[in-house]
Amino acid sequence: MPFRPDPTFYPSPRMAMDAPRERLAYVTAPDANAVLGRPDPLRDGLATVDLDPRSPTYGQIIALAEVPNYGDELHHSGWNACSAALCPYAPHPHVERRYLMLPALRSSRIYVFDTKPDPKNPKLVRTIEAEEIAKRTGYSRPHTLHCGPDGIYVSALGNPEGDGPGGIFVLDCESFDVLGRWELDRGPQHLHYDFWWHLGHDTLISSEWGTPKMIEAGVNPDLLLGKKYGHRLHIWDLRRRKHLQALDIGDEHQMALELRPAHDPTKAYGFMGVVVSVADLSASVWLWYREGERWAIKKVITIPAEPASADQLPPLLKGFGAVPPLVTDINLSLDDKYLYVSCWGTGELRQYDVSDPHDPKLVGSVHIGGIARRTPHPRSGGPLTGAPQMVEVSRDGKRIYFTSALYTTWDEQFYPDGLKGWMVKVDAKEGGGISLDPEFFVDFGPRRAHQIRLEGGDASSDSFCYP
Amino acid sequence: MTSAWPWITLALLGAYHGLSPGMGWLFAVALGLQEKSGKAVLRALVPIAIGHAASVGLAVGLLAAGKASIPSGILPWITGGVLVGFGVFKLVRPRHPRWVGMRVNMRDLVVWSFLMATAHGAGLMLLPVFVLGEDNPAPCHGPACHDAAGISLSSPGGYLAAISLHTLAMLLVSALVALVVYYKVGLAMLRRAWFDLDRVWAGALILAGVLGLLL
Repeated sequence: MPFRPDPTFYPSPRMAMDAPRERLAYVTAPDANAVLGRPDPLRDGLATVDLDPRSPTYGQIIALAEVPNYGDELHHSGWNACSAALCPYAPHPHVERRYLMLPALRSSRIYVFDTKPDPKNPKLVRTIEAEEIAKRTGYSRPHTLHCGPDGIYVSALGNPEGDGPGGIFVLDCESFDVLGRWELDRGPQHLHYDFWWHLGHDTLISSEWGTPKMIEAGVNPDLLLGKKYGHRLHIWDLRRRKHLQALDIGDEHQMALELRPAHDPTKAYGFMGVVVSVADLSASVWLWYREGERWAIKKVITIPAEPASADQLPPLLKGFGAVPPLVTDINLSLDDKYLYVSCWGTGELRQYDVSDPHDPKLVGSVHIGGIARRTPHPRSGGPLTGAPQMVEVSRDGKRIYFTSALYTTWDEQFYPDGLKGWMVKVDAKEGGGISLDPEFFVDFGPRRAHQIRLEGGDASSDSFCYP
Repeated sequence: MTSAWPWITLALLGAYHGLSPGMGWLFAVALGLQEKSGKAVLRALVPIAIGHAASVGLAVGLLAAGKASIPSGILPWITGGVLVGFGVFKLVRPRHPRWVGMRVNMRDLVVWSFLMATAHGAGLMLLPVFVLGEDNPAPCHGPACHDAAGISLSSPGGYLAAISLHTLAMLLVSALVALVVYYKVGLAMLRRAWFDLDRVWAGALILAGVLGLLL
């Protein structure tokens, strides 16, 4: 254990912006064949991508650590400890940001990789089995993972049988012991997806996707048109672990997914991405904010569907004559100034200036891939399948990396002729605007590419207790 | 032989506790930053000092009870043994109370500070001073303090005076550090200067125990 705080911990988001540039990315690389029962299955892997422009292997996968099982569906990841360890009410900054925790969305295992002895070659050191999580928490399908001031918080989509409710459980940040369920009183909350918090306001927020049974075989058109997927934001008392308020955005909006609260702990607002409206196939971003003693929510961004001919569309969409934008991920720069929005259907990454969170302004856009457009990358050698999906912003806010794949069975529905696994980078201009880096294109070969974690932290890995 | 050394030691230990971010000044700074107010920093420190004093008082109360019921030759061995054992425990298992929350009222701060001080053994660290220095009355000069000079460290008044002195030193140093960090140096110093005081602290517990056993 170090004698001084881990140098990658920062008291405030402003200070984290001055961190040295990232040199490595850790990207979850799931294999589709094993899940789909196709020939040539592979084990999922954790890919290490070289991001140091001075290195001869810049922009390449320099290591791929495979997990020992098939069909896990590695999805998200997160650190065992981060800047929240500096929080004043539970200060323990002499732990290390060392272990990358990889929840597997199908098998419900959590793999623990040690990045310390050789950061370029992380090693699997521990597997938390699904049975242990189920026995101690009653949950399965772990999804999002955040290092909190007092432990590692993990969201789970449901119970071991594949039904609801989903919720949150807690792990010890050093022993990785499964400590138990987090919520004491869940109120009306049943569906679960993402969560994060306003540490300065003792408030946790969570969103809704669907139970494992509702999502694992793919998007269920009956459930979608029947408006059964999630459409609420939940507000929780982080200290007392109880539900306070449910904010319903209306059931025409389906799949309330990614949550990005303001990084400044004195601010009390954030953004939620919503995948699709069944009324007009648009996607949207919503702002939650404090209004007196209560919380409120409103739509601040609407992205319309793009017309397309039926022969460009997968069976699921043929009847609609349009491509939905499908906002599957969003990310907020550490200065709370720019919001990045992935349009996984239309193949666009959008940059909004959210200096006034109530009135976002579209200031940048790049196109790549997309269901109908298939916009190539200069180095992709032709039309490209997949589209901007998981997006990660460097701590200084100057580089944005994103990958192409969503979730195996859903990838198949929207890209039935195959989805390419890739990772690309855009550069953010001072004052707004983004441009695709024509040199940076990481080909994941037979595997897909999902969430990116940057060495030493990024814009969605840390939370701060000081403004 | 009487001397002022137990009283000076108690004050110095108070200053040492005040220096530790985990004993409260950092929480006070955070609350000040949240409210954008230097006054909020100072406002938070008073309940934090009260919680600290309560924790120290608990340890001293246990010692007083021990003195009343355990033969005097054995007590130094018990306190020394407890201190060394607790110090080793803190070295091996440096865990913290799991307190989750920034929105705290005065009562919460007292409870939080009591928990942190107790979990770290703040009161235990002082026990050798009480065991070894019980014959030393509070130092006092001049005619006005004729009565006060008689306060023995092992009397109820002496315990109270000692806890007050320790807490006052802790409060003054906490306030000084908190204000300097809030107004002058900023939180970036945490990254450079936040040494693992827990391990130093565990070492101090062991040292206090060993001194208690040897002297």
